[in-house]
Amino acid sequence: MLALADYLIVSAILFCLSVAGIIINRKNVIILLMCIELMLLAVNTNFIAFSRFNDDISGQVFVFFILTVAAAEAAIGLAILVVLFRNKKSINVEDLDSMKG
Amino acid sequence: MQNLCLAIVGAPLLGALAAGLFGKRIGRSGVHWLTSGTVGLSFLLSALVFWRVVIGSEETYNANLYQWLSSGGINFHIGFLVDELTATMMIVVTFVSWMVHIYTIGYMHDDPGYQRFFSYISLFTFSMLMLVMSNNFLQLFFGWEAVGVVSYLLIGFWHTKDTAIYANLKAFLVNRVGDFGFLLGIGAIYMYFGSLDYSEVFLQTSTFQDKTIEIVSGYEWSLMTVTCLLLFVGAMGKSAQVPLHVWLPDSMEGPTPISALIHAATMVTAGIFMVARMSPLFELSETALSVVLVIGSVTAFFMGILGLVQNDIKRVVAYSTLSQLGYMTVALGVSAYAAGIFHLFTHAFFKSLLFLAAGSVIIGMHHEQDMRKMGGLRKYMPITFVTCLVGSLALIGFPGFSGFFSKDAIIEAVHYSSIPGAGLAYVAVLGGVFITALYSFRLVFLVFYGKERFDEKTRSHLHESSPVVTVPLICLALLSVFSGGVAVSSMLFGDYFGSSIFVYSEHDVLAALGTHYHGPLAMIIHGLGQPPFWLAISGVAVAWFCYLKRPEIPARISQSMTRIHGILLDKYGFDRFNDWFFAGGARAVGSFLFRKGDSSLIDGLIVNGSAKAVGWGAEVLRRTQSGLLYHYAFAMILGLIILLSLFVHSGFFAA
Repeated sequence: MLALADYLIVSAILFCLSVAGIIINRKNVIILLMCIELMLLAVNTNFIAFSRFNDDISGQVFVFFILTVAAAEAAIGLAILVVLFRNKKSINVEDLDSMKG
Repeated sequence: MQNLCLAIVGAPLLGALAAGLFGKRIGRSGVHWLTSGTVGLSFLLSALVFWRVVIGSEETYNANLYQWLSSGGINFHIGFLVDELTATMMIVVTFVSWMVHIYTIGYMHDDPGYQRFFSYISLFTFSMLMLVMSNNFLQLFFGWEAVGVVSYLLIGFWHTKDTAIYANLKAFLVNRVGDFGFLLGIGAIYMYFGSLDYSEVFLQTSTFQDKTIEIVSGYEWSLMTVTCLLLFVGAMGKSAQVPLHVWLPDSMEGPTPISALIHAATMVTAGIFMVARMSPLFELSETALSVVLVIGSVTAFFMGILGLVQNDIKRVVAYSTLSQLGYMTVALGVSAYAAGIFHLFTHAFFKSLLFLAAGSVIIGMHHEQDMRKMGGLRKYMPITFVTCLVGSLALIGFPGFSGFFSKDAIIEAVHYSSIPGAGLAYVAVLGGVFITALYSFRLVFLVFYGKERFDEKTRSHLHESSPVVTVPLICLALLSVFSGGVAVSSMLFGDYFGSSIFVYSEHDVLAALGTHYHGPLAMIIHGLGQPPFWLAISGVAVAWFCYLKRPEIPARISQSMTRIHGILLDKYGFDRFNDWFFAGGARAVGSFLFRKGDSSLIDGLIVNGSAKAVGWGAEVLRRTQSGLLYHYAFAMILGLIILLSLFVHSGFFAA
């Protein structure tokens, strides 16, 4: 039987990977979106682990909500990406700095 | 009495307002009839008051008529105090003012500002009456400032003339210095006496006789000395005593009638009147009296000398006014208040006479004021000549003329006085007699005798002035001759002033003099053998020798003593010092504050500085706004980590 800590470690590793992906990645916006998904999954893992070990079902309910939101978010994100590519002819992260002050 | 007082001050005010506001509609002759009429009425009523108070010895009238405001337990009243002193001042003010009104009709005949001028002089009469009739310090101060304002307006009456603007500004600023002291003095009175009413203040004087105050800690000063000196600073400004005298000679830039009215006969005597009115206070401080005495004697002697080197006819008379004001101040200093007021009384007549005569000469010469371009006018202007001669004789104190009685009384009073500084003052006033005679007759000889130094064109226009000019001259001349002899017995040695002037018996030099007094005729005969008479005669003789017999002598003297002559022409450097030290200093402080304080500190550091700091901060901060998503994400995560670690490790949010 795996302990709670093992699940938490896995989710922490997943989270760190996704953070590193966001920061280190300089090329592709799609990879950014994937990293965000991964981050949400890491959180989900945490929720499920706590739900299981605390015998509390509400954690799993949360996971469903998060999955739904994540799906919607991915859809919107990809839609923005398409529009962005149409306008800028690029999905290179380094080129997308029109918010620069 | 109440209605009488209101009518006396109200009539000139009404005239001034009507002339000032509706001058155009009333027309020139309407204005001079109206203002001369109201001031004439004021004079007649004043004469009635004089009759009732002085000759009929009616009770002193003292009443508050109107409460102006009440603040913090102190009530500011408008009220009148009519006693012998006030009645004397009222009659002098209204009479001289009336004469000047009539004279102005001739003098200002062609001036475009005719109505404005009449409005101002009537307003002046009103202010001066408010000043002398007041029964409290606040109204005194009101009148004090009001006459100052009118004086300012009138010196700068010809406001297109640069010198006139400079002169009126100077008069106003110098008077500010005096008024500041005066206001402080009034403040001190209110602080300690708790009232601004003359009668209430004078009742309490004995309580404060030995009181000392500490303005700078560790130094004890007598309250009465401090108060009296502060009040006297005000008198110094208004009555043009050294070193605040500098404005009076320059005030001659104004039209001649106001030089006569304001800057010789009435306003400048306000300081003298005020000190006499405050005699119960001044009597308590021998130090203050000593200061008054010394300042007065310095003014009397040194300002007279300056009259010797002036060539402008009006300036000579102006310096003689300074010198005579010095005499009055000397009289106050030796506690001979009655003699000071008496000299004020006679001086008002002969000095306004001299000014008006000078004005008559100026009209005749077509506004030429330089005495070097006159001479021999006796033939052309006989009335002006005779009246001017009478004025000069009165001024030098020729026995029998009014000036003799008042001036001799002052000199004798100084002689009898034992107050510190009296010895010096005695020498100064005796020297002053010689100087006075010298410059007065220098004027007479240069203007009316000798070679005619003007051109043909002026000669063809030269004639005696019209009756509106000569009638006031004759009236004033008669008074210059007779007012002294008639009034001397009662005013100086009788019980004329009653309780209005208070003198300690150990200071009372006039009482000591009175024991030797046997009527005006005896005084004249006694005067013939006294040093003042011989000094005056020698002054006239020197003037005759230097300016008629051998006219080349003065030039030679001034050449051989260029140094002294230069100092005199420089007026002892008072103007230069004031320009350099006060005006220059104020400008330097101003430009320093402007450059360092305003430009550098406020504009540079605070206004522009804060904008610059914001700009600089923004310049730094905008670098973090790279527009790259991963930078923002990194910042968010960094923040999250910091918050979490605080949360976990230090229990930062535990509370």
